[in-house]
Amino acid sequence: MAAVDERTAPTEAPPPSAGRIHPLLALLRNSWRQLTSMRTALILLLLLALAAIPGSVLPQRPVNADEVTRYAAQHPRLAPLLDRLGAFDVFASPWFAAIYLLLFVSLVGCIVPRLRDHVRALRAAPPAAPRRLDRLPQHAALSDHDGDVSAIAAALRRRRWRVAVRGDAVSAEKGYLKETGNLLFHFALVGVLVGVALGSWYGWHANRLLVAGADTAFCNGLQQYDQYGLGYRVDGSDLPRFCLELTDFAAEYQPSGQAKSFRAIAALDADGSPARSVSFSVNHPLRLGGANVYLIAHGYAPVVRYTDRYGQRQETVAPFLTQDDMLTGEGVAAFPDANVDPKTGQRAPRQQVVFEGLYLPTAPDRGPFVRSTFPAERSPALNIVAYRGDLGLDAGIPGSVYRVDQHQVETGRLKQVGSKLLRVGQSWTLDDGTTVEFVGTRPWVALSVRHDPGESIVLGSVVMLLAGLMLSLTGKRRRVWFRVGPSPTSGRSTLVEAGGLPRTDYPAFAEEFAQLIRDVETSGKG
Amino acid sequence: MAALSDQLLVVAIMAYLIAMVCHAAEYAFGSRGAVGRAATRELVTAGGGGASVTTEAEVVVAETPRRAALAGRAAVGALVVAALAHLGCVLSRGVADGRVPWGNMYEFVLAVTFVGSAAWLVVLARRPAVRHLGLFIALTEVLLLGLAGMVLYTPITPLQPALNSYWLAIHVTAAVVASGIFLVGFVSAAMYLIRLGYDEGRPGFPFTLGARVPAADALERLTFRLNAFAFPIWTFAVIAGAIWAESAWGRYWGWDPKETWAFISWVVYAGYLHARATASVKRSTAAWIVVVAWATMLMNLFGVNLFFSGLHSYAGVK
Ligand code: HEM
Repeated sequence: MAAVDERTAPTEAPPPSAGRIHPLLALLRNSWRQLTSMRTALILLLLLALAAIPGSVLPQRPVNADEVTRYAAQHPRLAPLLDRLGAFDVFASPWFAAIYLLLFVSLVGCIVPRLRDHVRALRAAPPAAPRRLDRLPQHAALSDHDGDVSAIAAALRRRRWRVAVRGDAVSAEKGYLKETGNLLFHFALVGVLVGVALGSWYGWHANRLLVAGADTAFCNGLQQYDQYGLGYRVDGSDLPRFCLELTDFAAEYQPSGQAKSFRAIAALDADGSPARSVSFSVNHPLRLGGANVYLIAHGYAPVVRYTDRYGQRQETVAPFLTQDDMLTGEGVAAFPDANVDPKTGQRAPRQQVVFEGLYLPTAPDRGPFVRSTFPAERSPALNIVAYRGDLGLDAGIPGSVYRVDQHQVETGRLKQVGSKLLRVGQSWTLDDGTTVEFVGTRPWVALSVRHDPGESIVLGSVVMLLAGLMLSLTGKRRRVWFRVGPSPTSGRSTLVEAGGLPRTDYPAFAEEFAQLIRDVETSGKG
Repeated sequence: MAALSDQLLVVAIMAYLIAMVCHAAEYAFGSRGAVGRAATRELVTAGGGGASVTTEAEVVVAETPRRAALAGRAAVGALVVAALAHLGCVLSRGVADGRVPWGNMYEFVLAVTFVGSAAWLVVLARRPAVRHLGLFIALTEVLLLGLAGMVLYTPITPLQPALNSYWLAIHVTAAVVASGIFLVGFVSAAMYLIRLGYDEGRPGFPFTLGARVPAADALERLTFRLNAFAFPIWTFAVIAGAIWAESAWGRYWGWDPKETWAFISWVVYAGYLHARATASVKRSTAAWIVVVAWATMLMNLFGVNLFFSGLHSYAGVK
């Protein structure tokens, strides 16, 4: 175990002199002292921990916005109040910020003077020997030494003590790294905060679902994303240019259905160079200059072909959202442009068509066909309900692309016209003679594209933080003194006296001191 | 191998139980222990009565320290056996899994408690005087392992792809080691507080336990050393977790419940180190902060996995 020890707090500043200082100034100075005291730092630290608790107990908008909505529906009275307090986004709330900003102001106010003091101590010579070395916690008299002061100093220097020789006395000190480490640790904390702040100002992130195929490729740009968030200092034109096409998705599963590995294979077209094939997976994102692409989720997109009453064929690739580990998918394949008379370009009213249902990559042998039994496509089946009518898209209200608008169904504008289980290649003729065919599927992946320029600053800072912490916790500051004086006994002419003082709690100091005395003794045998 | 691991768990729990009983016997027989004191009291009251009674009581008193020492030694022996069985349990689980054996919550608790008992044996080898704390170590082990075996038990399953990374070995190992040492640090802090209460003459349980534990300042120093040793390891575990999260989830920190509680624990332990270095804060207050800090670790270990859902929901407990 590393030897760790303690130290008392730096001595508090002397009380303000009762001189003629303006009372307001005195108040300010006192408050500043209060704020930068260790006690305040401790209280703020504990407050910070306390303030973080609601962030884990209550659903948080940046983590899971849907859960916040659900919570609000369950607690209609409490939720608005909590929302006003920022309780659904604790870590961006003013009160959380107030605590950590105060803490960091306290921190800077604490460590800047300490840095100054430490630099001073590093440049100053170790203090002069006290008059009575025998009063120190460690004390020894070297009987067998020739009394050569420079030999003592040299022996100490060899053991990496900082040494000052004053006349017939030698002062030495060691363990400055403890304070250096402590300061490094605290400055690194500031570095972490700076890195986090830079990340939130200059970083951005965006999500989208990408279906395999050249026709569904996308190029980086805000309108291409399902959802995005930009830092305060970023706008859409700052995003790096690249295009990505999902070409394949490889997955392996255990016999139980648990995933073993999955990997997205894509064609990347970046900064003008020819397209190249790349692959990325969980734990191995695609790292591009200025953005990283992460694989977040995956599933299947059934390809559905509809032949309308005019014989027009339309095909859609509809990503179905994954519901469970067995990759049961849920979604809709909509044909808003179906049944348009090719001659007139007009559509009979309420002749749009949509199929809603489930996709099972491995359908069970017997019904009900609501749950896949294996995530790979062993016996794929599409279990769909057909609706005909007005999809409600023209009203301009953005609806979900994964669900049929229930409002249209309730108001009778969209009518159910039957349901069917389709295997790959099978088709189904609806009551009006139109047909729908389940052509096959394509894989899709959910991507998170991110850029955080503060990351490297945070990483560098935490490395320093850890190094500083270890130096600080294992360091031991201690002083020793040697004095050559006339021997009280007649045998020899000189007597070397030594004393040692651990400046931090350091139980093994006695051993180190004894060893040091032996070393000095052998060096001075003349 | 899986069956062997399960059997070794039972062996380990039994051995911890035996250690606990032996330690309890040591408490009871110790001259300052409850029985010892009762015997002494009897001696005093009987002193005025007949000579024959006095001798009987004296025999009891004279015999107790030797019996106590024997029980204490047996307890340490049982602890060593328990720790070996425990190690075997973790290792055979790892062989059966074909990977590091801390991929779900059951395995995580097994590993943390093993590090706790190994850390305890190291402390014991260096400072035999603190042997009496073994009772509470054994008690904690029995409770946590019992909980692991009964509530958290998960059959062997391969890792999810997200966990299939060398960061699992790095991040979780560091978390396991830090938690194990914090566990012993907590026991030491709790004993320190009990001993303080005993020294102040507080009556009743748990302060009566204070009679047999080492002196308060030795316990206080042990508490500090353990926690100060574990803190950088915990810091490293959190950093490694953040690096892993960056490559798996796209961000190094996202205030997922597990991350939030790791942050809380880190801050509270930092608060402890601060408190201990602040002259105006009493040592007992600092020890209370350790108790709170350990509570936040337990919250992270059990509470978060069982109550909240987040990205870290790999616990495998349904
Ligand atoms: C962001 C908040 C802070 C955190 C997380 C933090 C954390 C820590 C930790 C973990 C230690 C013990 C390890 C070591 O000695 O290096 C420590 C020590 C110390 N901190 Fe802080 N600290 C914070 C703010 C402050 C502030 C505001 C002050 C000044 C008022 C301060 C003054 C000190 C001092 C003087 C020590 C040395 C104690 C000793 O001598 O051992 N810290 N801090």
